[in-house]
Amino acid sequence: MSVSSVAPQIVPKAAPTWRQSTSEPFVRIEQINKQFGEFTAVNNVSLDIYKNELFCLLGGSGSGKSTLLRMLAGFEKPTSGRILIDGVDMSNTPPWERPVNMMFQSYALFPHLSVEANVAFGLKREGLPSGEVKKRVADILDMVQLGHLAKRKPHMLSGGQRQRVALARSLVKRPKLLLLDEPLGALDKKLREETQFELMRLQEELGITFVVVTHDQEEAMTLATRIGVMNNGVIVQTAEPHEVYEYPNNRFVAEFIGNVNLFEGTVVGDERDSASIHCADTENLIHVDHGISCAPNQQVSVAIRPEKFRITREAPASLVNTTQGIVTEVAYMGSQSIYKVRLPSGKEVRITQPNVQRDADDRFTWDDHVYLAWDADSSVVLTS
Amino acid sequence: MKGNSWALKLSAGFGFIFLYAPIIALIVYSFNESKLVTVWGGWSIKWYVELFQNEQIMNAAWVSLKIAFISASLAAVLGTLAGFVLSRMGKFTGKTIMAGWVTAPLVMPEVITGLSLLLLFVAMESMFGWPAGRGTTTIVIAHTTFCLAYVAVVVQSRLASMDETLEEAAMDLGAKPVSLFFLVTLPLIAPAILSGWLLSFTLSLDDLVIASFVSGPGNSTLPMVIFSKVRLGVTPEINALATLMILAVSIAVIAAIVIMRRQNRFQGP
Repeated sequence: MSVSSVAPQIVPKAAPTWRQSTSEPFVRIEQINKQFGEFTAVNNVSLDIYKNELFCLLGGSGSGKSTLLRMLAGFEKPTSGRILIDGVDMSNTPPWERPVNMMFQSYALFPHLSVEANVAFGLKREGLPSGEVKKRVADILDMVQLGHLAKRKPHMLSGGQRQRVALARSLVKRPKLLLLDEPLGALDKKLREETQFELMRLQEELGITFVVVTHDQEEAMTLATRIGVMNNGVIVQTAEPHEVYEYPNNRFVAEFIGNVNLFEGTVVGDERDSASIHCADTENLIHVDHGISCAPNQQVSVAIRPEKFRITREAPASLVNTTQGIVTEVAYMGSQSIYKVRLPSGKEVRITQPNVQRDADDRFTWDDHVYLAWDADSSVVLTS
Repeated sequence: MKGNSWALKLSAGFGFIFLYAPIIALIVYSFNESKLVTVWGGWSIKWYVELFQNEQIMNAAWVSLKIAFISASLAAVLGTLAGFVLSRMGKFTGKTIMAGWVTAPLVMPEVITGLSLLLLFVAMESMFGWPAGRGTTTIVIAHTTFCLAYVAVVVQSRLASMDETLEEAAMDLGAKPVSLFFLVTLPLIAPAILSGWLLSFTLSLDDLVIASFVSGPGNSTLPMVIFSKVRLGVTPEINALATLMILAVSIAVIAAIVIMRRQNRFQGP
């Protein structure tokens, strides 16, 4: 299907399905466990993925994200639990009967077949008439702009071209669910960004549900409708990208996604709509605009993202949510600068500031004495 | 270091001389006019002409080629199965023994292989009445036995280096196990099987010792005929025959190497 002939699929911008409590999940993962001998790769994971989602499983290596994907494809059998796709239990469905296609990290193109034959492979297995196979292969190759390379063997293609063949091959069967294992891992940075937008465009156009596995948090942030952050076989947080970044629910997520400064402290005041935390590093009280509902004197971490700080030479009027220190490192990055500020306690804080003015004379530099301040609503209190 | 030192070049020269001088001497003497093998009497191809008129040798050559073809084909099929078991089946009882058996013919003295097979055939004949007597059948079985080990080793290493996600991709695209094997796995390991076949073919063609143990009357293979003739004195005819065999074996071995090379390049990242 060439781009122009596809009826425009309108993806509802308002109230996505995963925010509505009444929506039926398209993929339902129920209490899945996977053991490899003694090792638990996936530990009691339950997850609902909705139609038209582009869901990212994000985690480091060994977090179990690839194993979960392989169980969706049917290459691994769960030790316990079950997976439903479009309401059908997949427990006893072999890979070749699942309404699922996968794009492999290594692309797994058949080296003995031409680009065309690679893409046609899946359609021929369905027993489609050869005329239709030809047409659909030609259409999908046009869509990924590889029509002119149809007769080539995979080893005569560049990495980016192979990636697009792999994508075409996994899309041509029009699966209900497309699984992508580190789809952009092998591409260079520029190609990666282009492909990211290409994937998002395809996903909206074709209305296929995507599940993407990646270790690259930037990739997940750009692509995903929702992100499931995995660690040690467990999904630690499932949320939309901005939520995962702005409201991480534990220290692992806060530190895995982006940069963060963590301050250890003790809760000294806990109201319904505000709380105060005593922190040795900042010297002054940290004030947050929401209650924590915890035991008094509980130890907590306060997470503040580097860009949430205001950095000044003059002391701020109020002492709450402020601290001071010495600039120890400056890195000019073009659009922004990164500063490291050492607090009196010895703790180093990372701060980023946009370079709004082109040639600011009063830019902070090494050994400057500075004050840091932040808003009550820009910090996150983490209890775990 | 720039270039190769004279010592290395000298070693290479010695190596070449040791390996190829006897063969070159043989080839040159096969074109000798004289009836006396060691006396040069000028160039001629008359021994080749005579060779093709020698019915005994021609018969033996036909027997050898037939045996080599059948054993190589059987070994290719059985060796591929063995290679699959060794590389794909997880741990199973007897795996070590099987792996040992696959490499055994590479190190086992041929006399022992021949003798043990002879004993087996004799015992089988007295117990089941098959194989009746010894002849082409027993030689084929014997050759298949040791050739399949070579095929198994080549196929196993090919399977081990093959990207298993290719098979997963085929399943993912709807290929059931049977079509998966014939459409993806087999084409990918075909070069290994073919080079294993060629290797088996030459090994079977070359074998003298095992064939001597398990052959019967009227089923002499070419190496057996050559050996018995040489014991009565080397004739220039044998030189001509040996030259032709060297040619055939070289072609087969070079073909096997070329196939493996091409496939490796093809398989590259």
